[in-house]
Amino acid sequence: MKPLNDLNTGDYATIHAIDAEQSLHQRLLALGFRVGKKIELIRRASFNGPLHVRIGSTDVILRASEAQLIQISH
Amino acid sequence: MKRIALLGMPNTGKSTLFNRITGASARVGNWPGITVDLMSAKVLMGGHIVELIDLPGLYDLHGFSDDEQVVRHFLSNNEVDLLMIVLNSSQIDRQLSLALQIRNLGLPTVLLLNMQDEAKRSGITIDSASMAAKLNMPVLQISAKYGDGCPAALQKASQQLSVVNAKILPEEISRRLEAENQIEAEMQAIVKTTVQLPLKLADETTDKIDKVLLHPLLGLPLFFIAMFLLFQFIFTVGTPLQGGMAWLLGEFRTLALEPLLANLPTWLNGLLLDGIYNGISTVAAFVPIIILFFLVMTMVEDSGYLSRAAFLMDAFMAKLGLDGRGFVMMLMGFGCNVPALMGTRVMRSRGMRLLTMLTIPLSLCSARLQVFLFMIAALFTAKQAPWVMFALYMVSFGTIFLTAVLFKNQFQNKEPFILELPPYRFPTAMQIWLRGWQEVKYFLKRATKFIVFGVVMVWALTHYPTDVPPASMGTLAGQIGALFAPILNPLGIDTQLAIALIFGFVAKEIVVGSLAVIYGLQGDALMHHMALSLDWVQAMSFMLFTLIYTPCLSTIATLKSESKSSGFMWLSIIWSLALAWLVSFIFYQSARALGF
Repeated sequence: MKPLNDLNTGDYATIHAIDAEQSLHQRLLALGFRVGKKIELIRRASFNGPLHVRIGSTDVILRASEAQLIQISH
Repeated sequence: MKRIALLGMPNTGKSTLFNRITGASARVGNWPGITVDLMSAKVLMGGHIVELIDLPGLYDLHGFSDDEQVVRHFLSNNEVDLLMIVLNSSQIDRQLSLALQIRNLGLPTVLLLNMQDEAKRSGITIDSASMAAKLNMPVLQISAKYGDGCPAALQKASQQLSVVNAKILPEEISRRLEAENQIEAEMQAIVKTTVQLPLKLADETTDKIDKVLLHPLLGLPLFFIAMFLLFQFIFTVGTPLQGGMAWLLGEFRTLALEPLLANLPTWLNGLLLDGIYNGISTVAAFVPIIILFFLVMTMVEDSGYLSRAAFLMDAFMAKLGLDGRGFVMMLMGFGCNVPALMGTRVMRSRGMRLLTMLTIPLSLCSARLQVFLFMIAALFTAKQAPWVMFALYMVSFGTIFLTAVLFKNQFQNKEPFILELPPYRFPTAMQIWLRGWQEVKYFLKRATKFIVFGVVMVWALTHYPTDVPPASMGTLAGQIGALFAPILNPLGIDTQLAIALIFGFVAKEIVVGSLAVIYGLQGDALMHHMALSLDWVQAMSFMLFTLIYTPCLSTIATLKSESKSSGFMWLSIIWSLALAWLVSFIFYQSARALGF
């Protein structure tokens, strides 16, 4: 298990846990972040910018600080 | 009259549907219980006169974002006869949860699955009849963009309105909103039986475009080139349009108004022409630039590029307490501050939006550019000119960053930075045009009175008492200028220039004209006189002050109407005046101390 942050670009993983506080958790849920779902890291922005991930049919960008709270496993 | 509220997740084409139904008749209004404006329109729907309201996009009825609270407050304070839920068909597997949450409120509801054209292309098939039976509400598939299925949807909505229901009071809705519920399992069950999703759901065209536009090395340069081209477009098309508008208004004045009002007493003639008519002209001059700006903005936003710009610029902007979209608005502010301030509405977190709005008036807009070009031509050589101009742009950027850093703790952004990246789409001409038109209506409605009042005030200050020449030392403006002498003298700004600054409060476009009135000279004679009476240090100090202090009345009116807070408007005015004074003071005194 490791944070989403550590995923390599182009790799898939499965969401294992979401440690976010309630408001962030709810937003992530609404965007399709659920335990057990497959997530793909499409790319990272330069200068340690946001991550571009794909969950099911949805493309989402989020900051590294938020990605840190999402635990993934292969 | 019946009331229908449109609601759905962000990026589902909800507003496109709203515009399709209401055309250009929509207006902005205030509603009990909420602090943001909502668009609404009265339309005829199968024999009912219906008030249709476009609620902000929300992910979750129980979410904590500003917009989600607005929707809850709206439903808890206003009676609604029917809810129309708009969801994106391509993302139905996760968006259905919103429909289930809303169903639990017990209000009559119609579910519209939008973007059926896109869903069809990606191989998604939805059994809407079976979904309707499971959800116990009508389900229709539509394309708001192209209009497919929309007449049927409206017909269904008006049928639902005719069904007599026991009214559910807003207080009851408020109670039901409190109740949390188990929706997850039911959503998955419904999706499983009614939706067929292809295994891999990637929009290949979007992926290909993203590979170039979000490229690690090319992404940022391409972004700056795109911004530069858009900016050039607004500038090259907008400037002649503004000139044409000014010409029209001037012709109307000389050909129609002046002969018509010639017999009036001088003071009344002055009040009507130089006061009220000039005020209306000031407002009108913004109309072409606002339309043009939103034509471009709609293209950037609806195409999906704005979220990409946020992705590219976020690493830098996050340090300033802003996000990448704020950077686009700031750049647009270099064209004109007013539409850039209006454009910040894409930012849904109030804290971040206010912080962005505080920085935009510091962008060196095209009106200020005119003043600088005149002053530089009068006081600097052709060789020095580009450097002076460059320095002014650098100061503009510097004050923006300083302001963001200083105020980022006051205007904290409480919302996490998580944005959906929609696939690239072509906005239709109708979408673009309606947006521009709506924004102009909004600006005219909110700003006209304020601006006309301000222009009349400045006219009165520079024309009273009547026994001295206008804008001279003897007028009220001259006296105010003299009053401020102890504050402005340490900046090298004399009373004549102080009067010009009072004019500049209305609009920077009239500063050069006001100098002509103040000195009683025109064109080359004016330039020559200024070169003799000022040195370059004074001129630079005056330009720095002009750059930083409040850009114009229209900007102030927009700050007030967009923030809905007089306190915020005053903060912006006072901060920019204080910063202008400080920068000019430091520049003038150190230049003098260094012997210039």
